[in-house]
Amino acid sequence: MTDPARDATAGPPGPAIELRGVSRDFRRRRTSLSTPPPVVHAVRDVSLSVARGERFGIVGESGSGKSTLLRLVCGLDRPTSGELYVEGRPVHDQPHRRLRWLRSTLQLVFQDPMGSLDPRMRVRDIVAEPLVAQGRRAGNRERVVDLLERVGLSADAADRYPHQFSGGQRQRISVARALAPDPDILVADEPVSALDVSVRAQVLNLIDEVVEGFDLTLVLVSHDLSVVRHVCDRVTVMQRGELVEVAPTEQLFTAPEHPYTRSLLAAVPDLQTALSGRTARDLAAGVRGQAPA
Amino acid sequence: MTTPGRVVATDGPAGPGGPVGAGRTVLRVDGLSVGTRQTPLLSDVSFSVDRGERVGLIGESGSGKSLTALAVMGLLPEGLGASGDVRLSARTPAARNLLGVGEREMARVRGDGMSMVFQEPMTALNPTMRVGDQVAEVMLLHRTQPSRSAARRRVVELLGQVDLPDPAHLARSYPHELSGGQRQRVVLAIALANDPALLICDEPTTALDVTVQATVLDLVVRGVEERDSAMLFITHDLGVVATVCERVLVMYGGRIVEAGPVQEVFADPRHRYTQGLVAASDLAGADGRRGRAQLPTIPGTVPPAGRFPSGCVFRTRCTHATQACASQPPWTPRGKHPAGAAAYGHACVHPAGGDDD
Ligand SMILES: Nc1ncnc2c1ncn2[C@@H]1O[C@H](COP(=O)(O)OP(=O)(O)OP(=O)(O)O)[C@@H](O)[C@H]1O
Ligand SMILES: Nc1ncnc2c1ncn2[C@@H]1O[C@H](COP(=O)(O)OP(=O)(O)O)[C@@H](O)[C@H]1O
Ligand code: SF4
Ligand SMILES: [Mg+2]
Ligand SMILES: [Mg+2]
Repeated sequence: MTDPARDATAGPPGPAIELRGVSRDFRRRRTSLSTPPPVVHAVRDVSLSVARGERFGIVGESGSGKSTLLRLVCGLDRPTSGELYVEGRPVHDQPHRRLRWLRSTLQLVFQDPMGSLDPRMRVRDIVAEPLVAQGRRAGNRERVVDLLERVGLSADAADRYPHQFSGGQRQRISVARALAPDPDILVADEPVSALDVSVRAQVLNLIDEVVEGFDLTLVLVSHDLSVVRHVCDRVTVMQRGELVEVAPTEQLFTAPEHPYTRSLLAAVPDLQTALSGRTARDLAAGVRGQAPA
Repeated sequence: MTTPGRVVATDGPAGPGGPVGAGRTVLRVDGLSVGTRQTPLLSDVSFSVDRGERVGLIGESGSGKSLTALAVMGLLPEGLGASGDVRLSARTPAARNLLGVGEREMARVRGDGMSMVFQEPMTALNPTMRVGDQVAEVMLLHRTQPSRSAARRRVVELLGQVDLPDPAHLARSYPHELSGGQRQRVVLAIALANDPALLICDEPTTALDVTVQATVLDLVVRGVEERDSAMLFITHDLGVVATVCERVLVMYGGRIVEAGPVQEVFADPRHRYTQGLVAASDLAGADGRRGRAQLPTIPGTVPPAGRFPSGCVFRTRCTHATQACASQPPWTPRGKHPAGAAAYGHACVHPAGGDDD
């Protein structure tokens, strides 16, 4: 699976992803003629650097701007202001057609595998899609089979359609597709939040294996703090478009500095602490900023 | 909280000091089976919930949790049939099997003797009606408030009890003007409005953010505690059950495969399915972060309805399965439990035991 061309194309050993003062505003529809249309500051002045090979996590509540930030990083949307670089190359000021290189450098896995897999396409064509988009035709068949096996599916999965698979298997297909162009960076938006715990563990193991085996940089968004804690080296907490805290994972979880991080952590109903007596009342008190008893 | 004359007929003194046994049992389900003409979906489900008791029902999606709740509520969809015995001791004692009661009468029990909170609050709310009127309606419908103005006053109290800010004003909002967490609180206020003897919650916080979930869980627990109601709480999140419930039922393939106090079942599971669920849930590991170690998983996935094996329903995914598992494992009681043998035990031929495996 190693690509000899990769070393030649790899840039200088700078960060995999760099954001400098990135903001993204959305203008909502005007509700009356006398007032200006309301503006949503979905991402506010975010500066961040993700090192090559790092596993970086983003947590935050619904609407905090996680997906918007990812879309910017993937070149699917453009910042209102600020600069954004992937492997040292600018993304913020490039038109879509000049970002084709980004499709092979960086690949995405989404939450809802059904929504992101075309139901009318066979798995073979779904997985080969990023290759075809790059104009690669030769050897795709073999590569698809190889990729399916790497993500724990059998070769005969190639001839079937997405609805013939379970949620966890569909997520394996998404991962296989993401790996097809041999990317350097894998970006995953809530990849396990639609899955049952037993399948969640399977998919997290798979992500771990491919990040390790393919030498990837990982950016993982999740609202589930325990998932991020398990997977990531460093974590940021987003609130209302801002990064309120960025820290190495264990530091963030054991010594959170920002009050919002503390209330998020206090809200997680963890099995072990529940068994040692933490009640719903304690969780709620933690959210309100009172130390649980 | 309790209005005079609204006490359960088989009532004993409230609180933990009250008598245990038949007099405190609010819901008793015996040998409940549900299925389509061709496919069994639930088989021989038996459990009970006492007054003031919070019982969790867990299992992966497709295990049969929601069907259990719907069967109890008399809300099974067209095409599904139920057999067995479901008894509710609410305003009147549990004289009749609810499975044989007609829809007109079931409608009188729902929202009164028992009520339910669903995962998606919008399904329970009328989008074109002010939320305050929706809370008032359930009381007027069941005649638990003498007049419209009395009901209105009670609405403001109820909305205040679920911690909604400025309840008098909020009562005038429409559902779409509220956040997901606020909607779920309104649904909870409706469910609690008539002081039900039994509250069933089906994944009530799965769609909510963790901080909102924490507040809603707190409100649910306080709501049933104040009323001494029985609660059946469905979730797939083991951390949530352990936080909210004292007892748990583990379901797989439409059967209860293990049951018991939360502490015993989660800290020392016997059924191999429970063991797998607990191991796969615990991302941190028993002593902090598990690091880069592989997470334990349950092999394979939940089969679709009708494709579960005969004998132990889990045997196609179980690494301990032997020939003995091909016949239905008997229920093995694990210890004495006031709620009976079905409340504490498991159905596994090769149970996990002690702390070793
Ligand atoms: N195209 C758009 N037009 C207007 N507002 C938008 C648009 N996309 C996102 N927003 C707003 O930007 C904010 C951030 O949204 P975003 O989807 O990034 O949140 P998120 O953190 O991914 O949330 P979730 O956990 O629910 O996925 C929200 O207030 C959202 O409503
Ligand atoms: N109306 C129905 N007709 C046929 N099968 C159904 C129906 N409703 C649910 N099922 C099946 O019954 C099983 C249990 O469903 P459910 O109780 O919703 O599971 P859970 O709530 O544990 O996720 C599933 O396999 C589901 O597909
Ligand atoms: S009865 Fe057999 S198949 Fe079922 S859980 Fe126990 S060991 Fe596994
Ligand atoms: Mg999102
Ligand atoms: Mg369900």
